Amino acid sequence: MAITTDNAPAPPVAGKPGPTSTGRAGDKIFLGLSQGSGILLLVIMASIAVFLTYRASLALAENDGNFLTTFDWNPAGDPPVFGIAVLLFGTIVSSLVAMVIAVPIAVGIALFISHYAPRRLAAPLAYVVDLLAAVPSIIYGIWGALFLVPYLEGLNLWLDEFLGWTYLFEKTEVGVARSLFTVGILLAIMILPIVTSVSREVFLQVPRMNEEAALALGATRWEVIRLSVLPFGRSGVISASMLGLGRALGETMAVATVLSPSFVISLHLLNPGGGTFAQNIAAKFDEANELGRDALIASGLVLFVLTLLVNGAARLIIARRKEYSGANA
Amino acid sequence: MSNVIQDATPAQAARGLSKGTLSQRHLPRWAPAGFAAVSIALGVAVGAGAGLHSRIQWGLIAAALFVVVSYVVTSAVENRRQAKDRLATSVVWVCFLLAVVPLLSLIWTTVGRGVKVLDGYFLTHSMAGVPGFETGGGVYHALIGTLEQVGLATLVSAPIGLLTAVYLVEYGKGALAKAVTFFVDVMTGIPSIVAGLFILSIMLIAGLAPSGLMGALALAILMIPVVVRSTEEMLKLVPNELREAALALGVPKWRVILKVVIPTAIGGITTGVMLAIARIAGETAPIMLLVFGSQLINTNPFEGAQSSLPFYIWEQYRVGSEASYDRAWAAALVLIAFVMILNLVARGIARWKAPKTGR
Repeated sequence: MAITTDNAPAPPVAGKPGPTSTGRAGDKIFLGLSQGSGILLLVIMASIAVFLTYRASLALAENDGNFLTTFDWNPAGDPPVFGIAVLLFGTIVSSLVAMVIAVPIAVGIALFISHYAPRRLAAPLAYVVDLLAAVPSIIYGIWGALFLVPYLEGLNLWLDEFLGWTYLFEKTEVGVARSLFTVGILLAIMILPIVTSVSREVFLQVPRMNEEAALALGATRWEVIRLSVLPFGRSGVISASMLGLGRALGETMAVATVLSPSFVISLHLLNPGGGTFAQNIAAKFDEANELGRDALIASGLVLFVLTLLVNGAARLIIARRKEYSGANA
Repeated sequence: MSNVIQDATPAQAARGLSKGTLSQRHLPRWAPAGFAAVSIALGVAVGAGAGLHSRIQWGLIAAALFVVVSYVVTSAVENRRQAKDRLATSVVWVCFLLAVVPLLSLIWTTVGRGVKVLDGYFLTHSMAGVPGFETGGGVYHALIGTLEQVGLATLVSAPIGLLTAVYLVEYGKGALAKAVTFFVDVMTGIPSIVAGLFILSIMLIAGLAPSGLMGALALAILMIPVVVRSTEEMLKLVPNELREAALALGVPKWRVILKVVIPTAIGGITTGVMLAIARIAGETAPIMLLVFGSQLINTNPFEGAQSSLPFYIWEQYRVGSEASYDRAWAAALVLIAFVMILNLVARGIARWKAPKTGR
């Protein structure tokens, strides 16, 4: 509860200093308040890690199975057994499917907005893509479950028939398309806007000199993009995709509504079943006792660390690129 | 990198020249429109011929045909380089259209199914005494919950976010500022469910009961980094001359910030806060963990379970009957309208109040 009681600073009141005041005291208070809220942010991040670790350690002490390799989630059992193997697998697979679908399309959209769209339409079109980000995830969830899932039945049959030999697209179980693949498609739609907007920013920063030099030498528009825009934007696209990956890893409601969970690991992407960290927390929370909640917190801690690593790496790439392009400009 | 360009492009340009660029045949300017018309016609024909019901599949076939047709025709009439260029252009257009399809479909579905039960009764009644699988009931309790939780979250996070941004822009130098900048970025990526679990672990340790306030605190954690980021951008846009002029008149720095810098950027700051509100208004996961949901009207966010719009949608979806699906869609329509209006108003304010940047 440290957050509300001692630390939340009220907005500073613009009190009138007396005629003799130099405002020094005001300066000190104001600096203290603003520095304090900066520090508060760091404290929040640290305490997320600390509190989650503490509760997770309580659960892990009682766990009878191996937390990393157990294919089961039964903290209410006697003895309690739970493990994240299936969740880790499902989280990574569905996010990878999302990345494979979303990143090329997002790069295309970013190029469209930065280099192809009519100049006057570029801003409104960018706004349309941003609107995709404004839609709440639960609405993606019910749209996915009630509209997309029946819709994808045909696509699933088609993939099974023609690409079944790849193993990935072989559908061995009958059932509606509440699979990791469907989740991946939905996640792809959800991470499109962030990948697009970050890539777009990078593409817009390409030095005009490079582009004009290529044009002057007779390059077509595609050659300009391939020779000057894409090499310049590569690291930006990589970090944009990692930001998208971070989003996809932690998405809860859309996955929870679409997936029909089961504790199996299967690379048959079209088979219903599997699970992700966030989805498992949403699905198991209602019936969980205190140990169950701590177990869910333990799985949440893994998710937290995972997203922290992915996002941190993405930000570091962006930060490094900034220095590099600054020196280059 | 620049070396690559200088090496590669003249070679290609030379290749183009050797074929005689000046005498090349060109497709007319209306060619892409023509390709589009032809491939749409073909797409419809194929789609109807194969008995595909979905118009979206027709569209996908047409899109694929468009890419192929423009490549083939261009490489036949012009040359491979031009054809590749045309291919890239059409692929990029198709990518954009691909992104618009789900957005339109989603809005279309939500509006189409949502208007069925959305009326005055739905907005002014709670679910008290209404069995989930029957018709009737409404969203009033959830609306109140959302407004209160989001309001509380804003009260907590707006001042913290604003002050942090002021610190980063006006004072921030050295290791602390760097660390704060980095962690603000990382914090933007915290999954909402993890923020929920964090408050949950505090609740478990302190023995607190679920309430609207707990949900609001989790929402605040999600909101702070968004506010910081947008406010920071806005404060950076304030011209330095304004600050210097005020400081030269002997005004203390904190009054310069309060009376000059923030008022200049206030439009953008408001926009940022509103966009942040729009983002957290749709969060379900923390509410599910911390507020618990309720069928009844509870106007006190500090005590007892509450509902909220996104949680209500989730709840109604889980009931799984036709009547509850209708309610879920109607609530989704209310939520989407709320979020979109906030978005539009926020961007409107941003354009109207945009600070003039020296140019």
